[in-house]
Amino acid sequence: MNKGVAITGMGIISAIGNNVEENYQSLVGAKKGISRISKIETIHKDEIMVGEIAYTNTELEQLLGLTPDNNYSRTGLLGALAAKEAVSNAGIKDIHSYKTGLISATSVGGMDMTEKYYYDYLENESHRKYIASHHAGDSTQKIAEQLGIEKSLVTTISTACSSAANAIMLGARLIKSGQLDRVIVGGSDCMSKFTINGFKTLMILSDTYNTPFDDNRKGLNLGEAAAFLVLESEAVVNAENKTVLAYVKGYGNANDAFHQTASSDHGDGATLAMEKALEVAGYTPQDIDYINAHGTATGNNDLSEGRAITRVFGNEVPEFSSTKAYTGHTLAAAGAIEAVYSVLALQNNVIYPNLNFKTQMKELSITPQLELKEKPLQTVMSNSFGFGGNCSTVIFSKKP
Amino acid sequence: MKKVYINSISSITAQNTFDNSEFLDEVIEHHSQVVFAVEPKYKDFIPPAAARRMAKGIKMGVSASKMALLEAGLEQVDAIITGTGMGCVRDSEKFLAGIIDNNEEYLTPTSFIQSTHNTVGGQIALELQCKGYNFTYVHASNSFESALLDAKIQLELNEAQNILIGGVDELGDHTTKLNQIIHHIKDENTPSKELLKSKTKGTIYGEGANFFVLSNKKQESSYAEVVSVRMFNTLALADVTEEALQFLKDKHLRTEDIDAVILGYNGDVDFDGYYHELASSVFKNTQQVYYKHLIGEFHTASPFGVSIASRILKTQHIPEVLKLNHLGTSTFKHILLYNQYRGENHNFTLLKTC
Repeated sequence: MNKGVAITGMGIISAIGNNVEENYQSLVGAKKGISRISKIETIHKDEIMVGEIAYTNTELEQLLGLTPDNNYSRTGLLGALAAKEAVSNAGIKDIHSYKTGLISATSVGGMDMTEKYYYDYLENESHRKYIASHHAGDSTQKIAEQLGIEKSLVTTISTACSSAANAIMLGARLIKSGQLDRVIVGGSDCMSKFTINGFKTLMILSDTYNTPFDDNRKGLNLGEAAAFLVLESEAVVNAENKTVLAYVKGYGNANDAFHQTASSDHGDGATLAMEKALEVAGYTPQDIDYINAHGTATGNNDLSEGRAITRVFGNEVPEFSSTKAYTGHTLAAAGAIEAVYSVLALQNNVIYPNLNFKTQMKELSITPQLELKEKPLQTVMSNSFGFGGNCSTVIFSKKP
Repeated sequence: MKKVYINSISSITAQNTFDNSEFLDEVIEHHSQVVFAVEPKYKDFIPPAAARRMAKGIKMGVSASKMALLEAGLEQVDAIITGTGMGCVRDSEKFLAGIIDNNEEYLTPTSFIQSTHNTVGGQIALELQCKGYNFTYVHASNSFESALLDAKIQLELNEAQNILIGGVDELGDHTTKLNQIIHHIKDENTPSKELLKSKTKGTIYGEGANFFVLSNKKQESSYAEVVSVRMFNTLALADVTEEALQFLKDKHLRTEDIDAVILGYNGDVDFDGYYHELASSVFKNTQQVYYKHLIGEFHTASPFGVSIASRILKTQHIPEVLKLNHLGTSTFKHILLYNQYRGENHNFTLLKTC
């Protein structure tokens, strides 16, 4: 059996809380973070709902102690805040004491600033500092700077909505292969007019609260968020006598190779990702105690994922739920957000309710967990699927 | 641990590099601020109806990928790992301009979908019907090296046997304008031959796709062995030499063991100093090679350096147009590559003959 990689810290900011504790209280209190949009002016404001983070950019800059000449995009600001919480939570005093890397994930990068100043840049000098912060890697460089990570392995993954799950996977592999002693992994995506309109053209945005795995689901709510985990090698954990929150036990990435944006009817890619993750963990499906599903509440995802879960787990599907009804779909960050939720589930032996569910899906014989449930948990499986057929599964466990 | 080989290469750049039977035999002299890729006949690789809807980055990526598989004698790979700094930026521009110009109305999804960074990797998987591991790295000048490192680890551990990796970026008009006003692109047209002598700010921008099949099995078509790759998010000018030497030392090599060093010089007076640091000291007596004067600078320009290194190792020959100095080195066993962009995201790659 493969040994898991230790998680020693985590940090998060989302529509349901500015840190790990606030997020947990919202999860167990069934408190949604979905509302009408307030921070972006869009003609769609009355027909969509979103998961926004309360802080303004100015407030975030103050929290990070940035000077006014900074050129952080909101993605960078959110990411830096969550990553700092993770590092502090892991009790890391000196980031240089071990070979430490950073793997972040984003889909929008600095698009929030680019869409504000796209033509203005040409006329007016005042905001040109943001031109160089557009590309996706910039937010990661900023997070590394905030953490004091220098001369190290820092990279960014962008595979749409599975990005952060893939960042966790890569981080675990870099620890296992001895490339790094410690790695901060996760993702950040801010709200943007670009993504709102993109998903609008795909006609998969709900005009009300999203309802994962419900027969009458109308689509997703977009959310913004950032979350990071600290992964450390066994040697570091032993040397520092670290408290381990949980382990990254298994992971798998596969491609659906079916369509650029839609999932295959029977979830081929999703099935492969779950099977690979089980194989890496050395588990059988019966070893999984809870599935934190991708469950975006689009017609296509929930059907495809539901079928894939049934294919993998047969008649013994464990409790499953989607937490997208709380946070909205946080795109590239989703895999990290849900990793934090999965670790919290393990720590507290609790399964979160799949909110807003009313009607059983006709095509599926499985029903998500609807009430908060206490249950001794040893393992949690977390799914993240994205455009480009990208399917990822990560398994978290209490034992190494 | 298994060794990792480059079993095929396919390069689409602003030179005639798509035909591997030639090695920069005829050079296109550029004299501009941006240089566009010489595109292959896409219909040889993609049905015309499909190609019409595809972004340039996708077409370049899919064609280079298919060519790389062909040369490696493969119909399928175990994984596809792509690097791109900006993704299909023309579609990002088109979709964003549409949002602003028409106040969020009359938009269609195609350019939004193609603006997703992993659209090239996803499209290659679709074309090949490859259900394996599929990652896309988007970390500026370390995008491709991230893909290279990822593939190398998997092949060394025998988690995969053949992996398609590549870097792809395209030029977009608006993005070019923005990079001109902040002087990341030179203010003046610059002839290829004069790029390094320009002593002005900024560089010339380019585009292209460079794909490779990496394998842990050596075969007839193999070009080189990938010995090592290392990335740094930051690196001070004063530390470049030390890190280069450490990188070699970790593989029990010294500067004398390096037969050629390929440097990412792009003619930017503010940042070429990083390369000069190596070229003027520890690698002063080593054959020096540069290439961005031919293909321009972009986030995934460095895999063309890997392409050149592979071909030098296989043919034991360096085209004159790539030479920075003339030492008459005639055998090439180890080649070191170094690249960075604007003082960030540095990388060293080491290849050897196989």
